Amino acid sequence: MAEAAVKTVPLDKARALQWLQTYGVYAGVALLLIVNIAITPHFLSAENFRTQAVQVAPVIIVALGMALVIGTEGVDLSVGAVMALAASVTALYLGYGLVPALLVVAVFAAVVGLANGALVALVGVQPIVATLALMVGGRGVALVLLPQLEDLRNPQLASLGSGDVLGIPYLILIAAVLALLVAFVVRRTTFGRQLLAIGDSRPAAQLAGLPVRRVLILVYVVSALLAAVAGVLATARLQASDPTSLGNLMELSAITAVVVGGTPLTGGRVNIAGTVAGAVLIQLLTATLIKHDLPPSWTQIAQAVVIVAAVYAARGRGKR
Amino acid sequence: MAPPAEVLAVRGLSKTFPGVRALDDVDLTLHAGEVHALIGENGAGKSTLIKLLTGVYRPDAGDIVFQGRPVSFATPLEAQKAGISTIYQEVNLIPLLSVARNLFLGREPRNRFGLLDFARMNREAEETLRGYGVRVDVRRPLRSLGVGAQQMVALARAVASEARIVIMDEPTSSLEPREVETLFSVIRRLRDEGIAVVYVSHRLDELYAVCDTVTVLRDGRRVHHGRLADLDRLSLVSTMLGRELGEVRSEGLTKFTGDHHATDSRPVLEATDLTVPHQLHGVSVSIRPGEVVGLGGLLGSGRTETAKAISGALPTSSGRVTVAGVPLRGGSTPAAIRAGVSLLPEDRKSEGIVPGLSVRENISLAVLPRLSRFGLVSEARVDSIVNTFIERLRIKASSPQQKVGELSGGNQQKVLLARWLAMNPKVLLLDEPTRGIDVGAKAEVQKLVDELAADGLGVLLISSDLEELIEGSDRVVVLKDGAVVGELTGDEVTEDKLMRTIAGDTPERDAVGEAATDG
Ligand SMILES: Nc1ncnc2c1ncn2[C@@H]1O[C@H](COP(=O)(O)OP(=O)(O)OP(=O)(O)O)[C@@H](O)[C@H]1O
Ligand SMILES: [Mg+2]
Repeated sequence: MAEAAVKTVPLDKARALQWLQTYGVYAGVALLLIVNIAITPHFLSAENFRTQAVQVAPVIIVALGMALVIGTEGVDLSVGAVMALAASVTALYLGYGLVPALLVVAVFAAVVGLANGALVALVGVQPIVATLALMVGGRGVALVLLPQLEDLRNPQLASLGSGDVLGIPYLILIAAVLALLVAFVVRRTTFGRQLLAIGDSRPAAQLAGLPVRRVLILVYVVSALLAAVAGVLATARLQASDPTSLGNLMELSAITAVVVGGTPLTGGRVNIAGTVAGAVLIQLLTATLIKHDLPPSWTQIAQAVVIVAAVYAARGRGKR
Repeated sequence: MAPPAEVLAVRGLSKTFPGVRALDDVDLTLHAGEVHALIGENGAGKSTLIKLLTGVYRPDAGDIVFQGRPVSFATPLEAQKAGISTIYQEVNLIPLLSVARNLFLGREPRNRFGLLDFARMNREAEETLRGYGVRVDVRRPLRSLGVGAQQMVALARAVASEARIVIMDEPTSSLEPREVETLFSVIRRLRDEGIAVVYVSHRLDELYAVCDTVTVLRDGRRVHHGRLADLDRLSLVSTMLGRELGEVRSEGLTKFTGDHHATDSRPVLEATDLTVPHQLHGVSVSIRPGEVVGLGGLLGSGRTETAKAISGALPTSSGRVTVAGVPLRGGSTPAAIRAGVSLLPEDRKSEGIVPGLSVRENISLAVLPRLSRFGLVSEARVDSIVNTFIERLRIKASSPQQKVGELSGGNQQKVLLARWLAMNPKVLLLDEPTRGIDVGAKAEVQKLVDELAADGLGVLLISSDLEELIEGSDRVVVLKDGAVVGELTGDEVTEDKLMRTIAGDTPERDAVGEAATDG
């Protein structure tokens, strides 16, 4: 009997895959850290960590919104365009002061989010199509508002981009606070729970009387607002508004961070800690390849490998 | 005559899920031409046993010998190809594909170019389904069919493939009496052809009608096996529940006490002239507080549509609904729920549970805004409500954190009931509330409905289980083709009258008409 038992227990591949999906991203980050400490000169310095963190902060912020959208079984391709739009609008209204400029940015972002949300929730357009329209249109508007790169000289903006508290850059602080906030929203608010229920089974959520449309619209608005924050911070760091290239391919980086972090594309689950780690993983990967003088195309290939691995791990879930 | 050959021998099958021993050292033997009943309470492990046999799950231990050879199927498709075909508890067809494609899934007819031969497929599908009393356009997507018809498609599909064993996990839960008869004749034909059938059902009369042998599971263990005829109903139930025979006998098998006293003569819910193009033609129903109103009728008569139209889930083209005298905004579920009208939907799997969320989150889903302040959830209040209902409905889960998708079918239904009871509604629309629920739990649910009605709740009850409909309802409104064709009140609420009204017996209808003109 005992023998039979041993014989019929399969090597639990599914369990290994599940482990990989939940913790793989942290293991990957740890691995890259160890490898870099061992082989990359000057890797282990406060200055380097600071640079890496400042670079990854906007990706994290965008990915937070993306995670929420993906949790509803959607996707938001317009985030890069919203970053560009934020850059243009900041440049145009900075003359009235930083705060008024930021308010106008928020309005523009909210309008994009509302448009995305309305198309998805009210008209019933597929998220990928709806947000593709705004991805193209949004950058178009950004370029109409500000056709080329413009240097920005505003001390407040400059300090937002490069200032710090106790040695920790504002960018990192803002990203950290937003990550905690979003994680809190997912776990502890009605909005968070309703979002997950809608992502898991929309007909059931509807019949349970959940405000499905309102939640969906709000999710896209939040995503757009977070992208706008990332756009403003990136602009502040550059001290220039660059609507042509700011946020290019950002939607892909954000989706990668979310998926690698263990949030399934099928909705109903959102992993915020994993998303942050996912963004960090991609940043470290890119930095590693660049520091060892490999061409940028290698970074993209490496990124593709990571995505495939993540999707493969995700496939193993559910089946035992 | 030689004894029929053994087609399946299972020894020591075990399976543990995180936190639950779902199956513990279970044996099962099937012979050719044997119809074998597999019974047990919700969560006893019936579906798990079936899924282990057909390669959905891997066993932790045990051997499966099929037609003399040890097997270990990796996928249900492999099992089906080898000759074990299964109708799973949850209809597992593909909703967006056509009826015909679903019927032929995995063994589609091909033309000489190796392409799908749609013409032949549609023709054969139509023919096959007609044999099961299903007349539909087979080119339409499967999801356009009602749950009952979908189940007939699943049945036709399982039987049509060359099987040695056909397993049916609660096949009748959404069938009409007439369809159940069709199913039984199919089972008898299979038996005569020497095919072994495993039959899972919570409806005892069905088991006695078609099954020869029985295996009783309790908490994952086999507690009895043998010939069904050797065990009477009460002994069967007491073995299943693990309670004393006397105890079961004194409690009886149905839990409805029968009459409720409508506390107030003014209806708490009044639906007037509900019309939905092609589905409902001016249906009116009213429910008084403390009253259980049954909706009778055949599949497709508009019972589910009526419940959905009342609850705002189905937009109406005309008609109105008032709750306690206040008109309800049509076509809005949230508005209906706020007014105190809750619907327990018929299709539990796709419209009821949120499978990936926990038991706790599913129970608290609708009531969440009330347990929150400024959008922040009060976890303590959620816990207290959730625990109350898990206890009150005896929901069997390894913990409140377990995913609902992992629960047994009956327990999923209880979770949904809990979701609505937590809302403290004025009117409860129950569409097949005891479908797939074991006798013990069914009695509990029925008792609960009684208690709720006694507390002044208005209940609309839809059930294809006639006994339940008759015993549970104070009044039965009978629908046919989307319109009300009669109403039974008081002493008229009998199975016989109901059947005759459904059949549209002329004298019966005249009587109703006379009564109406009299009054
Ligand atoms: N995928 C799963 N993950 C975890 N637990 C599971 C899973 N599937 C089943 N279980 C547990 O195993 C036990 C047996 O479930 P099973 O579905 O076999 O019951 P059943 O006898 O078919 O009940 P019902 O009559 O309600 O259909 C239950 O406690 C259930 O919660
Ligand atoms: Mg079952």
